[in-house]
Amino acid sequence: MNGIVSIPWVAWAVLFPLASAILSFLLGQKRVLWAGIPGVFGTFLSVLLLSSQVWQQGPQRYAIGGWRAPLGIEWHVDGLSIVMLLMTAVSGLFISIYAVGYYSRQSRGHKHSNNLFWPLWLFLWAALNGLFLSADLFNLYVTLELAGIAAVALVTLTGGQVALSAGLRYLLAALLGAMSYLMGVALLYASFGVLDIRMLSALAAPGPAVFISATLMTLGLLIKTALFPLHFWLPPAHANAPAPVSAMLSGLVVKGSFYLMMRLWVEVFPSSLWPIGGQFLGVLAGAAILWGSIMALRQGSLKMTIAYSTVAQIGYLFLFFPLASPRLFIAEGEVSGPGLYAFWGCVYQALSHALAKAAMFMAAGNIMRVLGHDCIGRMDGVNQRLPLTLFAFGLSGVSLMGLPPSGGFVAKWLLLKAALEKEHWGLVLIIVAGGLLASAYVFKVLKHALAQSSQNDLLERVPPTMDIPTLILATLSLLLGFTARPLLSLLTRGSIF
Amino acid sequence: MGEWRIMNLDQWLPVFVVLSSLLTGIIIFFLKEEQHGIRTALNMAGAIIKLIVIGVMLHGVFHEQVYEFRLPLLPGLDLVLRADALAMLFVVLSAVLWLVTTVYAIGYLEGSPNRSRFFAFFSLCVTSTMGISLAGNLFTFLIFYEALTIATYPLVVHRGTQKALRAGTIYLIYTLGGGAILLTGVVWLHILTGSVEFTQGGAIGQLGAGERPVLTLIFFILILGLGVKSALVPLHGWLPIAMVAPAPVSALLHAVAVVKAGAFGIARIVYNVYGIEFAADLGVTFPLAVAASVTIVYGSLLALKQDELKKRLAYSTVSQLSYIALGMAVAGPLSMVGGLVHIVHQGIMKITLFFCAGNLAETLGIHHIHEMDGVGRRMPWTMAAFTVAAFGMIGVPPTAGFISKWYLGLGALEAEQPWVLAVLVVSTLLNAAYFLPIVRAAWFGKPPEAWSDDRGAGRFETDWTLLAPPIFTALLTLGAGLVASMPISPLQWARLITQREYWP
Repeated sequence: MNGIVSIPWVAWAVLFPLASAILSFLLGQKRVLWAGIPGVFGTFLSVLLLSSQVWQQGPQRYAIGGWRAPLGIEWHVDGLSIVMLLMTAVSGLFISIYAVGYYSRQSRGHKHSNNLFWPLWLFLWAALNGLFLSADLFNLYVTLELAGIAAVALVTLTGGQVALSAGLRYLLAALLGAMSYLMGVALLYASFGVLDIRMLSALAAPGPAVFISATLMTLGLLIKTALFPLHFWLPPAHANAPAPVSAMLSGLVVKGSFYLMMRLWVEVFPSSLWPIGGQFLGVLAGAAILWGSIMALRQGSLKMTIAYSTVAQIGYLFLFFPLASPRLFIAEGEVSGPGLYAFWGCVYQALSHALAKAAMFMAAGNIMRVLGHDCIGRMDGVNQRLPLTLFAFGLSGVSLMGLPPSGGFVAKWLLLKAALEKEHWGLVLIIVAGGLLASAYVFKVLKHALAQSSQNDLLERVPPTMDIPTLILATLSLLLGFTARPLLSLLTRGSIF
Repeated sequence: MGEWRIMNLDQWLPVFVVLSSLLTGIIIFFLKEEQHGIRTALNMAGAIIKLIVIGVMLHGVFHEQVYEFRLPLLPGLDLVLRADALAMLFVVLSAVLWLVTTVYAIGYLEGSPNRSRFFAFFSLCVTSTMGISLAGNLFTFLIFYEALTIATYPLVVHRGTQKALRAGTIYLIYTLGGGAILLTGVVWLHILTGSVEFTQGGAIGQLGAGERPVLTLIFFILILGLGVKSALVPLHGWLPIAMVAPAPVSALLHAVAVVKAGAFGIARIVYNVYGIEFAADLGVTFPLAVAASVTIVYGSLLALKQDELKKRLAYSTVSQLSYIALGMAVAGPLSMVGGLVHIVHQGIMKITLFFCAGNLAETLGIHHIHEMDGVGRRMPWTMAAFTVAAFGMIGVPPTAGFISKWYLGLGALEAEQPWVLAVLVVSTLLNAAYFLPIVRAAWFGKPPEAWSDDRGAGRFETDWTLLAPPIFTALLTLGAGLVASMPISPLQWARLITQREYWP
């Protein structure tokens, strides 16, 4: 027992997926799962054990090779990182199981896709875990960049003209974002000579250098997170990727850059940025919710609808900035108030969206597999052929709409509470309207899928490895509605804030 | 030790009531279409277990026993299931009518597709209704209230036709919109008061005078949100359209599940959140009474114009439901009794009418009133049940409807609001005007040579699973009126609730 507790699971959470990524690449096409499956379960277990460590012992720091900052690289894990790691692990586990089924039939025509999916996905997972654990700005840049490159490569897996051009757009956005962020980092390093977040937060006093670098870094992260109006690359990339890839991109990858954004604004940037910057981000967030939802409603294809829904749901994440206030986190001992609700609400939104959106893209994958197309208008009869998948789609829809009893409802409740308490009436209206618009696009799909079909022939079946993980993930997004207490308590454990 | 064990079990009883249909629903969802034996057994077992648990709790609540289950969901916010007297009124009604409707639905849907999905969502729908009844605070109520919206949608669109899908969309626009308004009101109230526990005599009366304008505003937001499901004019548009659903769904929708959830919610807001005295003091009850009166008269007027039987019944629901709101808004103990008892009375009467309409449609293909001449000779039992329920709606003694109207009238006089009597009289005349012609045509009209779409009688006038439920609920309609003074009647239970509200 003691042995398990003392193992540095922080390191394993990154090393496991990284090692298995390399191994699966070396093993090649036929034996790729020999490394892939142990890699997935190993990573999942490492994160689970790491969270129990954090739960019992509080936040942890781990110096790689024993070298402490500022010379060496340090990893840091606190409540926020562990919640993000858990989110990735749970989604990742079920996406992986789904991918086994997804690629088992398709492998003939698409030799390369199967070949490269597993190394790239495990590599992406390693990069994301590294991102959530890094404690200095340069390390954060490296992991963010690695995750971005792996994601772009995954988008282009299917080959084909559309996927390639979507991938190129995505690559362009990722590079732009990374460059902007890196310039900001360089400026900070030139001014203060350190990159460690904790050291910087003590040093970085308000001044032109800090403001410019904050702007550059924020801009870079906004592109990467695809906040309206910088979301241009997201819908085609997410809609044209293979189903398991869409699931991880929408569910997980955008959360990585958002996480970094949150950490920088709370820990590094001076609080004088908040009043104006926060309100500005709030306007963009509101526009994202409305625009994304309306565009989702106007799409004719299922995957584009789901992708635009992600644009809208990302908007909710950014409500953190107009609703939270830095004072909350700096003044110690304050345990309630709109700022805390906003923090909880946004993290909970990230969690429930990760599970629900992954499930929804997986459901869309099943529907495409059986129907051979993803046109919403011709989806009649899905109900007879894929009852479980459709049920999963509905369940994850409940969470996206923010209806009880789901994780999305908890997030919406907390955000609404924060907005009402701050008397931010515009945001109150947008939060409520966003939920209604989400129901409009979810039920548009359900309505067509529930229509009675004249033809009852089964074209193709989906293996249970595809519809069971979809249903489990959707159910989990619903059950998140009941686990807020322990999760929020884990979130505030040894909080950086 | 023994004491501790009993206490512990008590805490779980409300949870069993919710789970007995939730688990049934989940298992049924995964059953294959042709496993109807298992499905029927599960449905019946769930319904009967639920009734037994409810029986135990009913006894306990009468003797002031507390059954409360608490699950912390968010810091400072619990999911609370609590059986109090008002909860039991609705729980008993829903559980009994669920059992009856399940029997009816098994017969009605025989051989049609997607039955596993139907019964699964049917069970989820009842689960939500149970949660609404047993919710111990406003937060829990909201959770189940919204869950009900979602659980009902697949039932409304069950047939998958274009008409059904369109009805489903309209249903969602109204109910989700109402839900969003309700959510806003509920969160707002939470900011002012923290968690809002349902308390006999009101939960927020102690707030300072400075909050009165905000509290008035929130009251109307909450009523607006609840008014959609309880079909207050002009928020009633979805109800007549939603009756394209299969007959058992319409029956449940109009008697228990959706519309009653709205009316019950209004009761919780008026009595257990604001408290009747505080609400009257705020001056919010009078506008509610006016809205209810308008709905009563307007619904009846529209009912008069319909030739389609189910549509006429639907508008009649719009009208009858607002008796409940009216009873609450008149703010006096006697009218409270009248409003509360009508929750049960309207349920058993309206479900009878919808069962009968379903029988006519299933057996003879009759959908319109002008086709009903002489149908009483072909289907005497069905039409007898229909007649009893229709008389109940009009308020003829000794049916249940008479008791409701009698107490509403007395309450209006007691509260010195005689104009309410005028509303009751006008509405009774209108009720008679749209029900009596049907009754007359059915019994005294000249039947056609042969029924054009007759599917055969079998041993009775129609399948026994279709016949037994309306006869049973018609007997309840008579019984609730005949034994109103006995301790087991809905009336006495409504008096018990009133007593605890006014003199806690």
